[in-house]
Amino acid sequence: MPAILRQTGFYLLVAFIVLFSVFPFYYAMLTSLKSGTGLFQVNYLPREIAWGNYAAILSDATFLRNLANSVFVASVVVVISLFLAVTAAYALSRIAFRGRTLLLLTVLAVSMFPQIAVLAGLFEVIRGLGLYNTLYSLIFAYMIFTLPFTVWVLTTFMRDLPIEIEEAAIVDGASPFTIVTKVFLPLMWPALVTTGLLAFIAAWNEFLFALTFVSNNDTRTVPVAIALLSGASAQEIPWGIIMAASVVVTVPLIVLVLIFQRKIISGLTAGGVKG
Amino acid sequence: MANVSLGVPPTEKAIETEELGPVRRSTLSRQRLRAAWLFLLPMIVVLALVAGWPLLRTIWLSFTDATLDTIGTAEFVGFRNYWEYVDYGDGTGEYFGLLHDPAWWGSVWNTVYYASISVVLETILGLVFALVLNAEFKGRALVRAAVLIPWAIPTVVSAKMWAWMLNDQFGIINDMLMTLGIISSPVAWTANPDTAMWAVIMVDVWKTTPFMTLLILAGLQMVPGDVYEAAKIDGISPVKVFFKVTLPLIRPAILVAVIFRALDALRVFDLIYVLTPNNSQTKTMSVYAQENLFQFNQFAQGSAASTFLFLIIAFITLFYIKVARLEFGGGK
Repeated sequence: MPAILRQTGFYLLVAFIVLFSVFPFYYAMLTSLKSGTGLFQVNYLPREIAWGNYAAILSDATFLRNLANSVFVASVVVVISLFLAVTAAYALSRIAFRGRTLLLLTVLAVSMFPQIAVLAGLFEVIRGLGLYNTLYSLIFAYMIFTLPFTVWVLTTFMRDLPIEIEEAAIVDGASPFTIVTKVFLPLMWPALVTTGLLAFIAAWNEFLFALTFVSNNDTRTVPVAIALLSGASAQEIPWGIIMAASVVVTVPLIVLVLIFQRKIISGLTAGGVKG
Repeated sequence: MANVSLGVPPTEKAIETEELGPVRRSTLSRQRLRAAWLFLLPMIVVLALVAGWPLLRTIWLSFTDATLDTIGTAEFVGFRNYWEYVDYGDGTGEYFGLLHDPAWWGSVWNTVYYASISVVLETILGLVFALVLNAEFKGRALVRAAVLIPWAIPTVVSAKMWAWMLNDQFGIINDMLMTLGIISSPVAWTANPDTAMWAVIMVDVWKTTPFMTLLILAGLQMVPGDVYEAAKIDGISPVKVFFKVTLPLIRPAILVAVIFRALDALRVFDLIYVLTPNNSQTKTMSVYAQENLFQFNQFAQGSAASTFLFLIIAFITLFYIKVARLEFGGGK
């Protein structure tokens, strides 16, 4: 095969990959900028730029409330799971004790848990704690997937730090808590940013718990709000507004992901493949 | 070479306190041990509360007559939620329970069908994407950034975006296919029983191929470059190099990526719930369980479905890990 043909073929493949990845979101943006009956004509390039859908969604008090809920839930989840995970990861990676292997395997097993398997029991616990229909129910429930994941990734990270950094502190008689906060924490910012970001995204996107444990419009998070956005009847689905809302909740994520691309890739693969 | 880290990270780095002398060692290691459990306690308590206890309760509730409002006072009823024969006393009777519900078996079939096809497609596509991204070309960083975008989009948003693109009257997919002459009249992709499952699979493939790509790419980048150099000098065709050298080397990475994806696909809920609501052709085990628990007031039977789903997924996982490990043993 001549080199020129191979080159062309390769770049066609590259073009396909980019188009495949980007087009649906591009089309959502295109739709969100349409107005009125423009929505019902298929265009591949922007014909008009109308901000009406954005004005509608951003002046909707309930939707703004839902956005704030999502930010609150995801942030608190990140803070709590990182705090619990740093100390746990220290114990799991730097201290030899009996049952460590079993504990690590349990953590891994929980991270692969089908969430539906605990839904009934978790519902009971949440109602028992009086958290039903509050954002705290979600913060609590989301620990099931953010905590094992952060523990696992931070354990992998801490395990790879050299032994010397700790030795001096031990000889000086520093307590384990001091070692974690004064010696390890300053070294761990890259790993904390990565895992925190991944936990944030996971909490931001969660749907099953958010649908089940909260039943009040004002208490919902954005994924549920978007899923339930509907018009007066099935024939009047407000596609323009749905697409505007979708863009609003997705753009921050895409920006974060693009900025922290490398960190995210390393975090995602740390759970899976090790060199 | 990449190794599978489904096991436990090695721990040679853990401080051995031997060198510090016998007296200090015992107090020191005791102090460190106490600290270890103190540090682990909050995590263990939280995980027990959100995972361990709820799982046990769900299994227990599946053997009771619980309803949404009587969870606390539910009473043991044996296997009734799984299998029950009600004798009407006139020589006729009827079977009830999860295992006698055709809708349940339909959802089991849907889940397995959906998971196998989408994971296979994602693996092949992810492999192709990863091979492309592993080659050096201008603009590679941009392409890699583009590939990440579907992964960053929330599933619910993806489902809505595609629901619009697949819309029967105004959807761009129908428009494209009709322009290309592939179909002659619009197709109601998400509502039509014949196409609904394929619509779901299409969206899932779009959304999760990036994850596959990244995991496989990480595996590819660990293949030393001189392997390819040597093959080139020996004049071995690239196709042969791929199947004889690259693929065996990245197989561990692929196997790990497949199990992660498969576990994810087997518990799918949001995509199906949003893209094809109330469609028996796409209803998966998770959707069946959630509906029974919270919408059809069949809390006990929903718990039974959850329990069964847990067993099925646990079984598949253990089976897969066993098979994958065995193959490693043979391959090394």
